[in-house]
Amino acid sequence: MQSTSGQPNLRGRGPDSDVVMSCRVRLARNVAGFPFVNTATSQQQDELIHLLKNILLNNDLDEKLHWVDLTQSSSRERLLLVERHLISKQHAESEAHRAVALSRDETLSVMINEEDHLRMQVLAPGLQLEDVLTRINEFDDLIENRVDYAYDARWGYLTACPTNVGTGARFSVMLHLPALKITNEIERVRRAAKELQLAVRGYYGEGSESAGDFYQVSNQITLGKTEPEILGEFCERIVPKIIDYERHARRLLLEQNLSHLDDRVHRALGTLRAARLIGAEEAMRMLSRLRLGVTLGRIDGIRLDTINRLFLEVQPSHLQVHAGPGCAGNELREARASLIRSRLP
Amino acid sequence: MKKCDLCNQPAVVHETTVKSGITQEIHLCADCANQAGVVIPGQPKPAEMLQHFVIGPGDVKKRAASRGRRLSCTSCGMTFAEFRRNGTLGCAACYEAFGKHLSALIERAQCGATHHCGKSPHNAGTSIDRQARISKLMRELNSAVAAEQYERAAELRDRLQDLEQEPPTLHTRSSQPSQEERSV
Repeated sequence: MQSTSGQPNLRGRGPDSDVVMSCRVRLARNVAGFPFVNTATSQQQDELIHLLKNILLNNDLDEKLHWVDLTQSSSRERLLLVERHLISKQHAESEAHRAVALSRDETLSVMINEEDHLRMQVLAPGLQLEDVLTRINEFDDLIENRVDYAYDARWGYLTACPTNVGTGARFSVMLHLPALKITNEIERVRRAAKELQLAVRGYYGEGSESAGDFYQVSNQITLGKTEPEILGEFCERIVPKIIDYERHARRLLLEQNLSHLDDRVHRALGTLRAARLIGAEEAMRMLSRLRLGVTLGRIDGIRLDTINRLFLEVQPSHLQVHAGPGCAGNELREARASLIRSRLP
Repeated sequence: MKKCDLCNQPAVVHETTVKSGITQEIHLCADCANQAGVVIPGQPKPAEMLQHFVIGPGDVKKRAASRGRRLSCTSCGMTFAEFRRNGTLGCAACYEAFGKHLSALIERAQCGATHHCGKSPHNAGTSIDRQARISKLMRELNSAVAAEQYERAAELRDRLQDLEQEPPTLHTRSSQPSQEERSV
């Protein structure tokens, strides 16, 4: 696996990256002739793994993928992949025979035997969902030429959970919304999103908290519209509104509450530079404030890339790569504080 | 002849309700109607007739739903009740096995959408244009109902029914708009 700097969704150089950390399209697909994962026998799960491994590692594919057998990997390795948003928590913890195939730069990943036989995703920094959709469609076509998908003329791509049926496509953006949180407007965004049939989740998707003021927003409707129609509504109508709303809240903080904003941002920097022991939750909270300060030009000399990378590096499994697999408790908090100080001299 | 909403056998019981200008029809075969406690024409059963009269026709669907919970997929063995508990289906055949009961749930979860109109596999062997036309008509029908244009809604519903009864045709992808798309 590459160093954290190699992951594109952390560099913060995409369009609208002051607010949009990364964007993603995920397609759910099942192989015709096999039961869905939850009713497949161990033997059928193995057959699927074998079949899909041959297809995904085929040299004819334009995308060169690396295979990780999750049944054989340690829980720390699996958690590392969760922290990198390459597999879901459910996939890490499942008892099914499962795997993940990754592109070298980790922008493309395919979960095998998660809820569906194939869950493929393409990630990109900032807001560039059109390019992401083009890439995942091309990849999907390559797979489709090698295997028959479970498909029905009326229902479209058949998925284990009917809430994904149709296109099987989930578009999502990871938004950094600290100003809306400070101004207590975040609940309004949640309510509006719900009315527009969007899901708002935390940093690690379903069931997770909004650590670091990050919110993952995605479409819930997958049937009755084409992929470009879903993308158009999501990307042209909905996401820009949330981005504008956050930017407006940031402007208000600058215009009406500058000293409060500066105090909050510089205190966060002070804490991060001075702390000798720091937990993941506090680190994420402080890094979020720092990120806000950097995007508003209130702090010089710290790059957005550095902060974006730190959000990942302070996670437990990533810290354990450097500090040792047994590192926990105060030792882990000390390693975290030391790493942050080295990145923010 | 109309088919039973639940099992596709010839329907012998037909119920029509009109609410807010929208007509809703229920068609059941003899067996399903019996299970739902409906009196079958030509086979009067006083006790059931009284029961049906007392409980009212609105409960026909409730009873049918209760029957739905006993449905099971012959391919993977999953029952509809198990699906309701877990939220995931057992195999692709469950979509057909759970028929109307599943359709109703999907329609609710997908904001009224009833047909796929997005990407399809190259070898799907179905008419992409036809699906696109059905979806387009469905959207127009929903808009007409929302705007209370009931004459237009009735016309769209008839066109939709005609289109749905057409057998799917095998053809290749085309960039040309279909006749339906051009004329609407």
